[in-house]
Amino acid sequence: MSVGSPLPHDAAALHVTGAARYTDDIPLPANALHLAFGLSDVARGTLTKLDLTAVRAAPGVQAVLTADDLPHANDVSPSAHDEPLLATGTVHYLGQPIFLVVADSHLQARHAARLGVIEIAEETPILSIDEALAADSRYEDGPRIWTKGDVETALSAAPHRLQGRLEMGGQEHFYLEGQAAAALPQEGGDMVVHSSTQHPTEIQHKVAEAIGTHMHAVRVETRRMGGGFGGKESQGNALAVSCAVAAQLTGRPCKMRYDRDDDMMITGKRHDFRIDYDVGYDAQGRVLAVDFVQATRCGWAMDLSLPVADRAMLHADNAYDLTHCRITSHRLKTNTQSATAYRGFGGPQGVFGIERVMDEVAHATGLDPVQVRQANYYPAITAATHGTTPYGMPVTDFILHEMTEALLITADYAARRKAIADWNATNPILKKGIGFSPVKFGISFTLTHLNQAGALVHVYQDGSVHLNHGGTEMGQGLFQKVAQVAASRFGIGMDAIKITATDTAKVPNTSATAASSGSDLNGMAVAAACDTIRDRIAACLAALHQIDAQDVQFADGNVTCGDTTLTFAEAAKCAYENRVSLSATGFYKTPDLSWDRIKGQGRPFFYFAQGAALTEVVIDTLTGENRILRADILHDAGASLNAALDIGQVEGGYVQGAGWLTTEELVWDEKGHLRTHAPSTYKIPACSDRPDIFNVALWDAPNPAQTIYRSKAVGEPPFMLGISAHLALSDAVAACGATYPDLQAPATAEEVLRATHRARA
Amino acid sequence: METTFLLNGETVTAQTGPTTTLLDWLREGQGLCGTKEGCNEGDCGACTVMVTDDDGAKALNACILFVPQLAGRAVRTVEGIAAPDGAPHPVQQAMVDHHGSQCGFCTPGFIVSMATAHLNGRHDHDDQLAGNLCRCTGYAPIIRAAKAAEKVPVPPHLRDTPVASADLTPLDDFATWYADNPDATLIAGATDVGLWVTKQFRDLGEVAFLNRVGGLRQTSRTPDTLTFGAMVSMTEVLDLIAADYPSYAAMIRRYGSVQVRNAATIGGNIANGSPIGDNPPVLIALGATLHLRQGDTTRDLPVEDFFQAYGKQDRQPGEFVTGVTIPRGQDAHRVFKLSKRFDQDISAVCGAFNVTVSDGVVSQARIAFGGMAGIPQRAKAVEAALIGKPWNQNSIDAAIPAFAQDFTPLSDMRASAAYRLETAQNMLRRYFADLSGADVNVQAVQA
Repeated sequence: MSVGSPLPHDAAALHVTGAARYTDDIPLPANALHLAFGLSDVARGTLTKLDLTAVRAAPGVQAVLTADDLPHANDVSPSAHDEPLLATGTVHYLGQPIFLVVADSHLQARHAARLGVIEIAEETPILSIDEALAADSRYEDGPRIWTKGDVETALSAAPHRLQGRLEMGGQEHFYLEGQAAAALPQEGGDMVVHSSTQHPTEIQHKVAEAIGTHMHAVRVETRRMGGGFGGKESQGNALAVSCAVAAQLTGRPCKMRYDRDDDMMITGKRHDFRIDYDVGYDAQGRVLAVDFVQATRCGWAMDLSLPVADRAMLHADNAYDLTHCRITSHRLKTNTQSATAYRGFGGPQGVFGIERVMDEVAHATGLDPVQVRQANYYPAITAATHGTTPYGMPVTDFILHEMTEALLITADYAARRKAIADWNATNPILKKGIGFSPVKFGISFTLTHLNQAGALVHVYQDGSVHLNHGGTEMGQGLFQKVAQVAASRFGIGMDAIKITATDTAKVPNTSATAASSGSDLNGMAVAAACDTIRDRIAACLAALHQIDAQDVQFADGNVTCGDTTLTFAEAAKCAYENRVSLSATGFYKTPDLSWDRIKGQGRPFFYFAQGAALTEVVIDTLTGENRILRADILHDAGASLNAALDIGQVEGGYVQGAGWLTTEELVWDEKGHLRTHAPSTYKIPACSDRPDIFNVALWDAPNPAQTIYRSKAVGEPPFMLGISAHLALSDAVAACGATYPDLQAPATAEEVLRATHRARA
Repeated sequence: METTFLLNGETVTAQTGPTTTLLDWLREGQGLCGTKEGCNEGDCGACTVMVTDDDGAKALNACILFVPQLAGRAVRTVEGIAAPDGAPHPVQQAMVDHHGSQCGFCTPGFIVSMATAHLNGRHDHDDQLAGNLCRCTGYAPIIRAAKAAEKVPVPPHLRDTPVASADLTPLDDFATWYADNPDATLIAGATDVGLWVTKQFRDLGEVAFLNRVGGLRQTSRTPDTLTFGAMVSMTEVLDLIAADYPSYAAMIRRYGSVQVRNAATIGGNIANGSPIGDNPPVLIALGATLHLRQGDTTRDLPVEDFFQAYGKQDRQPGEFVTGVTIPRGQDAHRVFKLSKRFDQDISAVCGAFNVTVSDGVVSQARIAFGGMAGIPQRAKAVEAALIGKPWNQNSIDAAIPAFAQDFTPLSDMRASAAYRLETAQNMLRRYFADLSGADVNVQAVQA
């Protein structure tokens, strides 16, 4: 059976030869036009003059559009209709698109876009968390507050108490393929759109609004993205809508791709957070009560910030059974890029908050940080009684006790911890540290209706299979995993399955490929479609062979009906000739979900995916420079559909998570100008930044929840394992002195050096 | 302009403007879309191509490579890496076998870098791939693939023979021309000038491609000196100074990336005048001499005197850098490059130290920094505080306050002023500890 086989990515052979086609590679007719935005160079103000004479006169320019030129909806928001494609009178961040250039070439469009004369009456922008709190500039009426137990009383009664603050920066997605879209006008006003998007249905919806038609007149196709990480869940809307509007106006195909600097200036990033914590604990390191105040800069438009901030609250417990807990969440409106989805969707920020608490409690008590965590874990899956999350969901599938024990043994934790202490005692300048962090991540969209998926499967009379579903491929291997499901349902080889581009005309009303849900949802939908066809074939053959349909077996490329064995192709041909439909849709909706986000109560998740990591680092106390020396990871992917692809997600997620908390620093100046808008200044991990020793293993146990082949979602959870790198840096800094290092994030070399001073204070 | 070169084994003649990039020409002109644009500034490596000339095969970033720079050379894109019969190259097969691609967008660039390193027999994979960014895999499977392909033979089709090209312009002729055309833009490796075009849309006016000029690539070694022509690439500099100055070589391994070092020249890095170029502080600490020429007139000056103020160098109209001479035998020379990321990052601070101790007392000191002022600059107050003092921790500590006399650094997106000053000071402490035999290098530490 192909499920469970460690097959390569479905497009690996195309990737390595350069033959894999991305949106910008799709050949367009020779008369295609190219688009670029003219951007605001002011963070907040009122447009007083917009002189585009020079833009219109620039070589190759065919049209220049402002908000007034848009024929229909001027909105690219995925949520609150608060995100005009082009600015309307006021500007809200530095980098906001103000006008759209349509030109003969990409270079001509980019060049002309610099020539606009934009005058803006500047107002003082709201940039920081403190400025936004002071101005009460926020989304929703006030903070969301969820409470479990009696926090005030428990804090007062606790034998020990500490308070602290953790600032964590945002993160640029840095998908290697920048945002891109193309629109081709069709007869009768229809539009075909190619988009590098995680959410083709959203593109379809926004394009239809923008060109004044219904969704049925817009077809969106996405074969693959060159990376997404959440950054293509809503941020592709502006490009696709621009292309469609310009294509409608000119009657010519239009393409738009952002230059990297434009991409980083225009699009949203991970939400930065500030988390204040007030903790009561005992001498054994048990957290008796914790009061979190989370504040995040959501930027100028709402986008997906409410569910992101919700998920940060939903992960404020991470793996720990908190009896008394309060989480307050401020969603602040600022004159910066509109922060958006990014792998983990607020979860990493919430997890980091409680991991910081565990770290500081361990430091304060002098206990081993791993023991402190174990003392606070939820009861095990095998325990008689289960813990309950701060939002009232029983945790019945908690396996981190066993996983932690296993990891500590394979990683030789106890001996290494001692060796590191010995090493530090003899090294005055360089210090080592080791850090452990677990993750328990809730799987399901918290907007419950999104937990659905559709599939369309055709079997042709030669036995070949055309596979389509609502999920998108951004590198995670979803297409291959789902194809493995289809091959297994039919008992045929992978070479019989044709994976096809996501297409809103084949499967409608899809959810974004997000929330790690791709395989869970689409795998089930495809299995349902395949089973429908398989059952029809079985019924047909059973009737012909006078046997029970249940006795028709599909395996090894054959269909066995009693004494007769047909190839799958013969069986398909037979069914066709007997006038059996060999095409079916499949549908799946996740069961057992109920969630009230205002009360913060219910069962938002179908199950929890878990993992644990141990990281060793070294720092230079003269400069703060540091390196990851070793990482050991044990991650729970349930019964893996494809261990090779899943390990790829774990390795990549860890490095991306470690990058978030170390070298990746977003710097805005006092004007609200993002100063790190290219890879020359924004530093994602390079090859040598991965751990020298990198041991990754899967905890290969079936998911107790009834998921596709009992696998678990794996896209986002491993990202949070990178937190162990930050904790290891903190541990290394702690070797410099007795005071808690209070290491903030990102822990650039500069921040590590600052922390050494705090430790020595 | 007309440029003839070999493209995936076939001779082609490209008609382009002088600053058309190879990347745009491939993708938009030739429909060869395997080569990707990730950043358009030479930082991500998604556009990596293999370029073979008389020196052999090298990886270059096509996004900041102007087509005329290719005259007479041989280019291989990702489409030309597999054998003509379609058989995958060993690194292609290994990348499939080891799951080295996820989204696949960076993969063509990795494949070309890996195939070039494989051709050149290089197994220092982290260095060879420092200029290729991947956001999906965490690099581990890519390195596994590179290792797996090490011992597989190089497919013969990859060994390109460059086409015969027009003769180089003699240096004398170029000197005369430039004296007459002093407003022309000189293009050496285009690792910075490329961005003037791709990011700033600057009109370069008349341009001269120095790789088409003879007499600027020679190197010479005497018992006392090393001399590099201005057009010697940083890859060559790395090889040529490694024995004399291992600390300088270790810095160059972090200077740009393989692709950038293959294009960047030592002359360009100096003449550019950037306050954060990494060679000038090193050369200043070594007491290197710069060679300039204007028409028939040549002159020499200490490298430190070339940098007069931010954006202003001691270079006359029509004058150009012809080379640099470095004294040998200064064993106490050390370079410390500090950046947010170890590999392929612009320095926040680059410090170079060269202290001579005679009978336990500091007799000479040359200490220079990049990133600490508007120009690469000597720390003269620090030097003065050390000279004549015994070489011990007390003297080091006593010299630390002098840094504030020498430097008032800026805060920017790379580092704060306070951090720059503190780390510059701590680099002196590190220098002393290093010469005293202490472990100071985080990159040498293992788990």
